[in-house]
Amino acid sequence: MTDTAALMPRRREVHPDPYYLDYKTSITRSPSLPLLSMESTPSEETGPRFGHNKLGALDNNLICNYTQGKSLAVGERIRVHGRVLDETGRPVPHTLVEIWQANAGGRYRHIKDTYFAPLDPNFGGCGRTITNENGYYEFMTIRPGAYPWPNRANDWRPMHIHFSIFGHAFGQRLISQMYFQGDPLIDLCPIAATVRDRSQLDRLVAPLDMQNSRGMDYLAYKFDIVLRGRRQTMFENKPEGM
Amino acid sequence: MTQPLDILVETPSQTAGPYVHIGCIPTFAGVEGVYPEDLGLSPIEDGAKGEVITIVGSVYDGTGWAMRDAMIESWQPDAAGLFPGQDGADPKVSGFCRFAADKDSGEFTLRTIKPGSVKGRNGQVFAPHISLWIVARGINIGLNTRIYFEDEDNSADPLLARIEQRPRVDTMIARKTGDGTYRFDIRLQGEGETVFLDL
Repeated sequence: MTDTAALMPRRREVHPDPYYLDYKTSITRSPSLPLLSMESTPSEETGPRFGHNKLGALDNNLICNYTQGKSLAVGERIRVHGRVLDETGRPVPHTLVEIWQANAGGRYRHIKDTYFAPLDPNFGGCGRTITNENGYYEFMTIRPGAYPWPNRANDWRPMHIHFSIFGHAFGQRLISQMYFQGDPLIDLCPIAATVRDRSQLDRLVAPLDMQNSRGMDYLAYKFDIVLRGRRQTMFENKPEGM
Repeated sequence: MTQPLDILVETPSQTAGPYVHIGCIPTFAGVEGVYPEDLGLSPIEDGAKGEVITIVGSVYDGTGWAMRDAMIESWQPDAAGLFPGQDGADPKVSGFCRFAADKDSGEFTLRTIKPGSVKGRNGQVFAPHISLWIVARGINIGLNTRIYFEDEDNSADPLLARIEQRPRVDTMIARKTGDGTYRFDIRLQGEGETVFLDL
């Protein structure tokens, strides 16, 4: 750990509203009192690091990691790739990126998912990788299906992949979702709509990236992620009151 | 016109959803065999210095219901107040733990060592605490709070000092229930709402 400068304050206006009427579960799970704001401290400025030794060779290939390479998952083969940057524009190297998703039919392998679309015996739905020295990451997976969910009478989730990113500080911790360019369900989804600013929601929609696709094999989607940055100053440790 | 600031904007958060366990603690979701073991099973290894403690609690929604689908991450220093990676930090303390509310009872358990107090900038000293990050279906951006301890001196803590309504300080303090055991409940909304942080 070398860098302990303060984190840039979180810009709450780019994030979802915690309380959003059309996303019913948020109504009772959103704080009603203001958050307590303060400059970050060492507890937020440090964070866990995970090395490559934690990872298996197939961890970032969801097409075959559930069967450990024995059989392939059903679905449209895609590659998801991009960079993790911080607000200063610098890459975030060697940080853990985890993803999870439904199978091609829109069903999750989870004890609580009872949707009648079938499980794929060759698909688990989780993957992880570590960014390289340039902040770059990539996954191979299948395009997840859209699925209905109990909210209003007929709500559907657009195709999406969940992302969990660590950064190098506990205060950078972020979970978000990647959507797919051109999916008409994005405009109808109350969870996507929790991000009120449409230009911010657009940043969660990955474009089709034909230049990084491979003929007769997979389509590519590009998804860049920005984490909180650190304030740049030489005056960080000035005497009190100066 | 001016020069551009060249500051990027953080990616917007989205809810972790009900199936967060698949990605973060797959064996809890029933997904076996992809990884040798789930990440963050324990923040300590055998031989970690300090008092081993167990903290039990629940995450309650605004109706008082103990949520069955919350996932929590904790981050803390060692018994001397040093974080992993800092010079002299206890190599047996990874500091990071992931745990879920029990799917039947909604109760979570964190077994760790009691952290030391932490030195901040400009001579600040923070009373011993564990940082928490809580995600779940219906939580649109992860919630940060801290566990302090009722058997420590919290009177000079710079963060707790900023809480205007003094009774609310208690929402961040774990109650001792026995030798090395504590209770820490998190209330997302309503009476006794936990103080959540924006740091």
